[in-house]
Amino acid sequence: MSAQYKLIHCTINGKKVEKMVDVRASLTDMLRNDYHLTSVKKGCEVGECGACNVLINGEAFNSCIYLAVWAEGKNIQTLESLLSPDGELSDIQQAFVEESAIQCGFCTPGFIMTAVEILNAGKFYSDEELRKLLSGHLCRCTGYENIFRAVKKAMYRRLGKEIDF
Amino acid sequence: MSKVGRSEIRVDAFDKASGRTKYYEDRVPADALYVRIKHAEIAHGFVKSVDKSAAEAIPGVVKVLDCFDVPDLPFPTAGHPWSMDPGHQDIADRHLLNQHVRYWGDDVAVVIAENEVAAHQGVRALKVEYESLPFVLDVQKAMEDGAPQLHEAFPNNILKHTGMKKGDYSSAIKEPGLICIDKWYDTPTVQHCHIENHGCFAWQEDDRLVVVSSTQIPHIIRRVVGQALGRPWGDIEIVKPYIGGGFGNKQDALYEPLCAWCSTQVGGRCVRLDCSREETFVSNRVRHAIRFHIVSWLRKDGTIAARKVECFSNQGAYASHGHSIVAKAMGSFPQHYPCENMECDAYTVFTNRPAAGAMRGYGMPQASFADESNIEDCAKALGMDSYEFRKKNVMPKGFHDAFSGNTNYYDSFRECMTKGAAFIDYERKKKEYANDTGDIRRGIGMATFWYNTAVYPISLETSSNRMLLNLDGTVTFQCGETEIGQGADTAYAQMVAEAVGLKSYRDVHVKSCQDTDITPTGLGAYASRQTYVAGFSIRQTADLLREKILNYANEVTRQAVANMDIVDGNIIRKGDGSVLMSLSELAMTAQYNPVHSEHITAESTYTIRNNAYSFGCTFAEVEVDIPMCKVTLKNIVNVHDCGNLINPALAEAQVHGGMSMAIGYGLSEQLIFDEKTGKPLNGNLLDYKLSTFMDHPHLEAEFVENPEPTSPFGTKALGEPPACSGAPAIRNAILDATGVAIDRNPINPHVLYAEFSKAGLIHDDWKEAK
Repeated sequence: MSAQYKLIHCTINGKKVEKMVDVRASLTDMLRNDYHLTSVKKGCEVGECGACNVLINGEAFNSCIYLAVWAEGKNIQTLESLLSPDGELSDIQQAFVEESAIQCGFCTPGFIMTAVEILNAGKFYSDEELRKLLSGHLCRCTGYENIFRAVKKAMYRRLGKEIDF
Repeated sequence: MSKVGRSEIRVDAFDKASGRTKYYEDRVPADALYVRIKHAEIAHGFVKSVDKSAAEAIPGVVKVLDCFDVPDLPFPTAGHPWSMDPGHQDIADRHLLNQHVRYWGDDVAVVIAENEVAAHQGVRALKVEYESLPFVLDVQKAMEDGAPQLHEAFPNNILKHTGMKKGDYSSAIKEPGLICIDKWYDTPTVQHCHIENHGCFAWQEDDRLVVVSSTQIPHIIRRVVGQALGRPWGDIEIVKPYIGGGFGNKQDALYEPLCAWCSTQVGGRCVRLDCSREETFVSNRVRHAIRFHIVSWLRKDGTIAARKVECFSNQGAYASHGHSIVAKAMGSFPQHYPCENMECDAYTVFTNRPAAGAMRGYGMPQASFADESNIEDCAKALGMDSYEFRKKNVMPKGFHDAFSGNTNYYDSFRECMTKGAAFIDYERKKKEYANDTGDIRRGIGMATFWYNTAVYPISLETSSNRMLLNLDGTVTFQCGETEIGQGADTAYAQMVAEAVGLKSYRDVHVKSCQDTDITPTGLGAYASRQTYVAGFSIRQTADLLREKILNYANEVTRQAVANMDIVDGNIIRKGDGSVLMSLSELAMTAQYNPVHSEHITAESTYTIRNNAYSFGCTFAEVEVDIPMCKVTLKNIVNVHDCGNLINPALAEAQVHGGMSMAIGYGLSEQLIFDEKTGKPLNGNLLDYKLSTFMDHPHLEAEFVENPEPTSPFGTKALGEPPACSGAPAIRNAILDATGVAIDRNPINPHVLYAEFSKAGLIHDDWKEAK
C-alpha cells in the first residue's frame, strides 16, 4: 500500500472500525463510500451548505471539509445512528415529521444532526439563539420556518416545558 | 370522514427523517466510471482544437471526448410536452458538446475515468485552443445591429417577439388630464439552488440505455435523450428516484443526454455525471433576467386609461424554455389590472450568459416585481393609498379570459388583500410609520399576483395513472407527475383514498420512483399543476377501479352494483349501510377464485382542457437603516386562494418555501458577471447570497379557500405562487419607509447606497472631501 493510504481507527455510530483510507479523502467520502452511510449528503463539498453535517465527538462538523484521516480516534455519529434498534424515531426526528419540517429531505440529515448537538447541550435557547445556531445550514424548500418549529418543540420537550408557538 | 382537507403526515417523512431515502447518488454502482466536463473559459468563440494527449496519459483516464466527436444532432432541452405541430416545437440548438462556445462555462469536452481524481486531472490536462469572439451580456445591446451573433437563425439575437393589443392605446393616451408614469424595471439572473445538485448515471442493458437522473420530468427526458442520440425513444429508459429539490432547473434535459452518450462511448459501461455546486450555478439553468418598460396613463379618479408594457427577456446562450417564460410574464399584465387600452410586447434575446430556463414562477416573479412596483408608483403619483388603488383596479370578480377559458369565480383578490391587511395591521401601521423621520425608518408594503395553474391551452395537459388493488385491500398507485419535495405523493395518497373509498391515506402506496418503462406516461412536475391535473385522472381511474370492484362484489354478494358503495375500505350495502365484505376479502376472493380469477387494476389517461386562476398577495414590513443601507424584514405574510387545500400543513410549508425564495429575490440573490470577460463571479453558495435562517422573520401563510369549480377536488395552483409577490411587497415597503422607489432587485446595500445617495438621504463625506 502506498503512502497515499493510511489506516484509521475510529468509532462510527457506536461501532469500532478500522479502515485504510486515501489521505486525500474527505470524511464525507469515507462515510458514504466505505460505510454506505448515505444520509451524509453532498450539496457543495466546500462547507457552505451543511448537508454533510455529522457529529464528531458530539460536535457538529461539515464532513466534506474534514479529512477522513482526521477521524483517527474520533467518535462519529451520522443520522443513521438516531433510529432505535426497533426502528423508532428519536425525539428530534419525530419533531421534524410532526412539524412538516421535511420537504425534499436533502438538507434534513444535516439539520437534524446540528439539532442533536443543540439539544444535547441541555440548555434553553432563545428564538434568536436557535436561529443563529442553525444558520450554518441552507434549505431551499422550507424557508426554515418549520425546521425552526421542530427544533424548538424538541428543545421544549427535552426541558419538560410547555410550548406555545 | 373526508380524506382530503386534512393535515396528514407526509408519506415519505419517516424515511427522510431517518436518512433512508435514496437519491440518485445513493444508487450509483460502485464500479461506475466518472465523467467530468471541460467547461469553456471564454464567453464567446469557437473551439479550434482540443489536445487530448496529456489527459489520455493520466492513469485511470479511460476516454477523452470533445466537441468534434459528438453526433451532429441538434436537440431541444426544454421540459415541455412534445408538440406534433413543428411550429410549436422547442428550438433545437444544443449539441452534446459545443464547437461554438456561447457562454463562459459552455461544455466543450469530457473526460471519462475510473475515479474522480483522474477525471478531474484529465480535465485540467486538456489543452483547448479557442478563436475568441466579442460577446454581449445585456439584452438591449444584444439587439443592436452589429452585436455579436449567437445563433445564425436568429438575427439581432431575437429568439422571438410577440405582442398583444387591446383597444386603441395611441388614441387613448390623448385623453386630456392624464398622468403618465413611464418607468423601467430590472430583474436579476438568479439560480434555483436546490440543495441536491443535478446528476445522473447511465448504462446499456439489452442494447437499450437506462438513465437514472435527478430530474422532475422523466418521460420528457426519455424523448430528449432519444432525440440527442438519434435513438428510437423506446430504446431509452429513464428512472427518477427521490430528488433533492428542482424548482424548475430539473425541468430541462440537463446532462442526461451527454451522460447516456458517454456510456455508449465506453461499451455501455455505467458512467456517472455529477454536477458540482459551481457547475449548477453556471452550466445548468438560471432564471431569466427580464427588463420591463411600463408606461401607465392614469385618470385623476384613480382609474387606468391605458398601459404599455415592453418586456425584454435575457435568454442567455441557449433557447431552453425560450419565449414561453416572457410570454407568460407579458400575458399577466392585461389580466392583473385590466384596462381598455393596452399594448404589450415581449422579446426573448440570446446573450452570452448561462442559459435561462424554467424556475419557480416561470416569469411571474419578474412580472410581479415590475407590475407591482409600477402600480405602487402609480398610486403614489395619484396621491392614493396603493391598497385602495389596487382594490379599485385589480381583476374583478367574474373576469373571464377567453384564451385560457379561466374565470375569476369569486372576488379572490380582494378577499386575500383584506385578510393580509388584517393580519399585518396594515392601516394602523401605515399611518404610524409615516411619522418616522430619523436614520431608521419603518415601512409597510404589499403586492398581489395571479397565476395560471397548468399549461392548457398553450401546451398539452395530460395525466395518466394506475391503481392496483392489493390483496390486503390497500391500493398501489403510480403516476407520471413526480414528487420533488413539494409533497405531491401525499396529496395523491389522500385523493386516491378519498376517490376509491379507503379507510386512510396510509392505505395508498404511492410508487414515488418513476420508471418510464413501467410508470404511466405523465409530464412530470412543473407549472403548479401536479395536484390539479392528477386530480382529474385520479377521479377517473378511481371510478374505473370502483366499477371493477363492485362488479366482482356483485358476483360474490349478489347485491346490485347500484346498491353498493365502498366506504372506509369496506363494501357496504347502501340501503342499510351494512358491511358486506372488506376490500381485502374481495381482493383475496377475486385473486384466488379457481373459476374466475382476477387481479383488480385500473389505468386511465385524462386530457385536461381546463385551467384555473390562482390568486394571492404579500404584505411586508421593513425597518430600513438608512446610513447603513440595510433593510431588515420585520414581518411578512402571504395570503393565497389556491382553492381547497388537500393538506393544509403541507400547503403552509409550500408557502414558506416560496416566501423564502421571494425574500432572497427581493433583497440578496443575484448571479453577477464580469463585464470584461463574461465570467460568472459568484457561482457558489458563499458569494451568492441565499437567504439563511438569520435573514427571515416568522413566515406567515394564510389561505382563502374558494373551491375551484373545474377541479374534481376543488383545488388549484400553489407550488409556484408563493414565490411571486414577495419581492415587490418588500420593494414597496422600502419605498414607504424612505420615499425612495427602487426599480431593480435585489435591493441589496450596493443598490441602496447608490439610490439613497441620489435621493440625498446619505452623503458620502469622504468622496466630497476628496
